[in-house]
Amino acid sequence: MKKIVISGLATALMLSAASLTYGAELTIESWRNDDLTIWQDTILPAFMAANPDIKVTFAPTAPAQYNAALNAKLEGGTAGDLITCRPFDSALDLFNKGQLAPLNELSALDNFSDVAKSAWTTDDGSTTFCVPMAAVIHGFIYNKDAFAELGLSEPETQEEFTAVLDAIKADGNYIPMAMGTLDQWEAAAMGYQNIGPMYWKGEQGRLGIINGTEKLTDPQWVKPFEVLAEWGQYLGDGFEAQGYPDSQTLFTLGRAAIYPAGSWEITGFNNDADFELGAFRPPLPNAGDKCYIDDHTDIAMGLNPASPNAEAAKVFLDWMGSEEFAQLYSNALPGFFSLSKHAISLDDPLANEFISWRSECDSTIRSAAQILTRGGTPNLWSGMWTASANVINGTQTPAEAAAELQAGLESWYEPQQ
Amino acid sequence: MTKALTNKKRPFRWHILVFLAPAALIYTVVMILPLAETLRLSFFHVDTTTREVTFIGLDNYKELFFNVNWVGPFFRALWNNFYFFIIHMLVQNPIGVMIAALLSMFHLPGKKFYRTAIFMPTLLSFVIVGFVWKLMLSPLWGVSKGLLTSVGLGSWFMPFLGREETALTTLAFISVWQFIGIPMMLIYAALLSIPEEVIEAAECDGVTGFAQFFKIKLILILPTIGIISILTFVGNFNAFDLVYTTQGALSGPNFSTDLLGTMLYRTFYGQQTQPGDPNMGAAIATMMFLIILVGVAIYLFFIQRKLTRYEM
Repeated sequence: MKKIVISGLATALMLSAASLTYGAELTIESWRNDDLTIWQDTILPAFMAANPDIKVTFAPTAPAQYNAALNAKLEGGTAGDLITCRPFDSALDLFNKGQLAPLNELSALDNFSDVAKSAWTTDDGSTTFCVPMAAVIHGFIYNKDAFAELGLSEPETQEEFTAVLDAIKADGNYIPMAMGTLDQWEAAAMGYQNIGPMYWKGEQGRLGIINGTEKLTDPQWVKPFEVLAEWGQYLGDGFEAQGYPDSQTLFTLGRAAIYPAGSWEITGFNNDADFELGAFRPPLPNAGDKCYIDDHTDIAMGLNPASPNAEAAKVFLDWMGSEEFAQLYSNALPGFFSLSKHAISLDDPLANEFISWRSECDSTIRSAAQILTRGGTPNLWSGMWTASANVINGTQTPAEAAAELQAGLESWYEPQQ
Repeated sequence: MTKALTNKKRPFRWHILVFLAPAALIYTVVMILPLAETLRLSFFHVDTTTREVTFIGLDNYKELFFNVNWVGPFFRALWNNFYFFIIHMLVQNPIGVMIAALLSMFHLPGKKFYRTAIFMPTLLSFVIVGFVWKLMLSPLWGVSKGLLTSVGLGSWFMPFLGREETALTTLAFISVWQFIGIPMMLIYAALLSIPEEVIEAAECDGVTGFAQFFKIKLILILPTIGIISILTFVGNFNAFDLVYTTQGALSGPNFSTDLLGTMLYRTFYGQQTQPGDPNMGAAIATMMFLIILVGVAIYLFFIQRKLTRYEM
């Protein structure tokens, strides 16, 4: 007994001595508690193998509590050294309050495009304060077995897309598309923002609204609503009372043929669906048009200026811009794609399909994400939820929906007045 | 002799203060201070970027009542709240009285079982009730379509929670289902407290059955019905949880189920990319408080005084 105690004490001493030999210990604040094992088993060991004098711990909080918990920790001075950044205003707020350090001198940032950095850069574009990690891409996931059974192929254009939907509907064995409007968010994120960039030409349209040179009532912004208005007839019975988890289940049970998606669904669908999955990008308005995809920036990493280990943290942030990190992260979390310029190869075929669109199309982010949802009431992004759901439900015409969004934006956003 | 007694100064009764202190203190800390703080909060504005706090007087209220983007949603939520309340008054309370009347008939078999079963949903959490009903009404997996079809009413089925015309009414019925136990229990207790002699006297005069209920019992339980009405009013104008769990923070479809409580939540805490505005939220909360206060005051001064209480 005594021996065990002594040897236990000895081990403890050795362990604490071992940890003293590390140069620095870093802690990562994050809301991705789902990814804990991936960080612990895959990502951090790779970094620590290359940098043995730096010890990194991943310490996530539950997503819903992250913002509040992080604020409390930052204000109390107990926050970790590295801080996972939410996109746009919530990270910008932290930077403005001096709770995120500017990272302009970090060479790793050169490995990211301006669109990738836009979510964590000040409005004037002068300072970037987080290293972009991952984006999610919108598109459509479909049931390959169902398509084979009905002799259908992936649609390229809107016309072909409608033909495919009509064929599935005529056959009657499958619900053409799995989507509901109860939660409204699906209608906006997987509907309007999914197909919209093709019409408003990605960044051109998004910046046009921000600069005030385009209006939400312009044809390129109304047209996607007109396409959505057609969707209602292809959704399942009672789609008005169908929520987001209902749609996911409907598709993975094999009862629906197409699922308007975001790439974050990949892991879940791979686990739940027992048929072969394929993906096609949002349909082109006309054959031969240039294509634009919604490649929405979602997650990044910043530096706590109060950190005593800033130098070590910068080493870690620099590594996050490397090809090794991009490769590791994108493969561990299929569907969350590294935002770096490195060409990465993915093992998951579905994730590969999504990321291949980056080379064919121009990327943009959700049109309402930057600046346009700042402070004002009514909120443009929430407005898009309601408007898109109304248009699909058929309770509002596309023109009315667009006019309401425009009026709401004009009421507080100066460049649009 | 008597003069001497009255002249003698009574000692100050400290024990009254001592015994009142804990209740007064707790009530002040958990009720009065937060109310005052809410009122104070509604007179300020916080700049979203600089975090500068400025006193703006009644500007939040002006915004709420004169800016189209606020006044429309506010009155829509207020009307929805009234509708929600009216359904409860027309459905929950009459049915509650009826069930209580049935239960108080002493020869009813299995009445203990019914009393418990009907009261049970009241004990459940809103979240459970919301999700269970959402599932039952789901057009995909729900049982409601099959149940309607089995009695030949299949064509009546609709995605009830997804249509603007039906969503709020459906939610009101779910809430009625959950809370019908409260009027039932209160009325049941009131009915049991009616003395036997009164009933026997009525029977001697030949007043029985329905006539006995409407002419004697109902009159005697009117004060309890009044209390139930005011509890329903306060409960409905504070309602939030059921809508939030079934329809989300945006109270879809198209805000048709938006109540003052959900509007307050959305404003105060924000929604997705919409940042929360605690000051405007406080203004809405204060308006809710005033509406409830006015409602309760009207009841106390104009209705309760007219109710005759009979010695039983």
